[in-house]
Amino acid sequence: MKIHEYQARNLFRKYGIPVPDGVVCHSVEEVEKNVPNDDKLRVVKAQVHAGGRGKAGGVKLAKSRAEAVEKAKEILGMDIKGLTVEKVMVADAVDIEKEFYVGLVNDRNTKSVTLMASAEGGVEIEEVAKTSPEKIIKLSIDPTMGLMDWQARKVALQLFDDPKQMRQAAAILVKLYKLYVATDSSLAEINPLVLTPDKKVLAIDGKMNFDDNALYRQPEILEMREVNEDEKKEIDANEKGLSYIKLDGSIGCMVNGAGLAMATMDMIKLYGGDPANFLDIGGSSNPQKVVDAMNILLSDKNVKAVMINIFGGITRCDDVAKGLVTALDEIKTDIPIVIRLSGTNAKEGQAIITEYGLPTVKTMSEAAKKAIELSKK
Amino acid sequence: MSILINKDTKLIVQGITGRDGGFHTSKMKAYGTNIVGGISPGKGGTDVDGVPVFNTVEEAVKETGANASVIFVPAPFAGDAILEASYAGVELVVCITEHVPVQDMMKVTPVLKRNGTKLVGANCPGLITPDECLIGILPGMIFKRGNVGLISRSGTLTYEVVNMLTEEGLGQSTCVGIGGDAVSGLYFIDLLEMYENDPETDAVVLIGEIGGDAEEQAAKFIKEKMTKPVVAFIAGQSAPPGKRMGHAGAIISSGSGTAEEKVKAFNEADVPVAKEPNEIPGLVKEKL
Repeated sequence: MKIHEYQARNLFRKYGIPVPDGVVCHSVEEVEKNVPNDDKLRVVKAQVHAGGRGKAGGVKLAKSRAEAVEKAKEILGMDIKGLTVEKVMVADAVDIEKEFYVGLVNDRNTKSVTLMASAEGGVEIEEVAKTSPEKIIKLSIDPTMGLMDWQARKVALQLFDDPKQMRQAAAILVKLYKLYVATDSSLAEINPLVLTPDKKVLAIDGKMNFDDNALYRQPEILEMREVNEDEKKEIDANEKGLSYIKLDGSIGCMVNGAGLAMATMDMIKLYGGDPANFLDIGGSSNPQKVVDAMNILLSDKNVKAVMINIFGGITRCDDVAKGLVTALDEIKTDIPIVIRLSGTNAKEGQAIITEYGLPTVKTMSEAAKKAIELSKK
Repeated sequence: MSILINKDTKLIVQGITGRDGGFHTSKMKAYGTNIVGGISPGKGGTDVDGVPVFNTVEEAVKETGANASVIFVPAPFAGDAILEASYAGVELVVCITEHVPVQDMMKVTPVLKRNGTKLVGANCPGLITPDECLIGILPGMIFKRGNVGLISRSGTLTYEVVNMLTEEGLGQSTCVGIGGDAVSGLYFIDLLEMYENDPETDAVVLIGEIGGDAEEQAAKFIKEKMTKPVVAFIAGQSAPPGKRMGHAGAIISSGSGTAEEKVKAFNEADVPVAKEPNEIPGLVKEKL
């Protein structure tokens, strides 16, 4: 789960990480109301779940409230990577002497949280990682001990020469780790962390993502969730025990199991088609699940054909076939459907489908080819 | 021989009185797995399908000499269940539960290492040595005893491939579903090493997917350390970046974890990569 920059900043503040003052505004009127009428230099920033806001023109400086209003007018409603900007943050601009990057991330390889830091702040860290990986300091954190003070100092020492600044930075690292663990975060970045001319260390921009599996114990984080239309569908599907991701193609897929679902999408692509979605219905023959899945699939108007690919394991194919027939009876659609059942009791399952009057195919590749052919009719 | 489990494996089921735990206990028992006990705190002294229930793993191990455990408890309690098994000295813990928070998995990791516990999963279908022992939710009837090892990040895709192998007369030594999460127990390299040392395994099928760089590391290991042939398949070639494809670990982030990179790494290690699953049996036959 993603949150906005202003929400990340609120969390930073709650955990004692210094950030410049700022307000979030949903409209030009709110900017007029909430930003003090003075000539302070401020920055108006689009709040969307996407990177590269600056490049897209979603970050602008303003020398007065009047100018902040102007800039907010330009930014609100702007499209950044397919997302409409619905709010802006107006924050005090800060003089910067030097910029740094610090971040925490779950590292699959070390199976621990890894702290990353770099004196190359303000730029995309992925770029630094590619071009000059030696400029990134990495430290694995023992989950039983957490980030120890000496470790934080060790990293901060590589960024700051001055002991006072080093201590400010080390304290920020420890607080960021506490926040990370307390909120089941999967990514927490301060980019840039800055040194001001008056030698204060501040977090200017923040980004945080959270582990979806842990949201059940993070009610405060869950409250910050904002979803667009596609994500809404995905979350609805999740609540019905389905895993759904909308894509742009024309062939709807319904599969049991995530790996097989991915392989099915690949197969469609391999034979020149385009999958309309990823959809894993899990391991049950429950007709209701199939009905729910079909309804989600068919709500996508791009879908021209549906490919159902089921491997019967413990759930037998004849049970799945019965579920499918019940579901199809209820749905009644003109969209052509190709069904492939394999595994336990596949023959019995196929017989049920054939009797119902729908074609079945034996292999995944046949099913993909057939679905592509039907989608073009 | 085989890896990890065999006819001498004595299994306990954590969460045996739950719906899934109970159902799969019967399935595993019917397959021939030696299930010596189950755990359900507060229900000790009862039984499930003839399997005695204990209050704690410690008690079950003491009474039965169990050396493996399978976990079916809900996600919020799975991390603790793994720890309980590890502290009780269980050698192999298999966690079937999905949606376990990543930080819970990271917390158990150093404990497993210290106690010398092997973990398979979480979010996995389990593992099987055909005709000897099945742990988890795998459909036993599609497997056949033989000399092909299999490691996979997926469930049904594994069954699909195993079914094809079996139909082509290629039996399996041990098949392990390592799970679809970002932070898991035993992974490709750990298992490749076991297969390399297992006299009964002559070839290995590796089913990877997008996300992370474990396939790249596996490719490097195969190139440097393995004498036995490996055939690979990567799921998720058509997946868009930034989206989690069902499995928590199946996500392409900032240009890394792509199928392309993984295929390239395998090609460089002389590991043939099947374009679609039904090519796998043919590729294995060529290598044997």
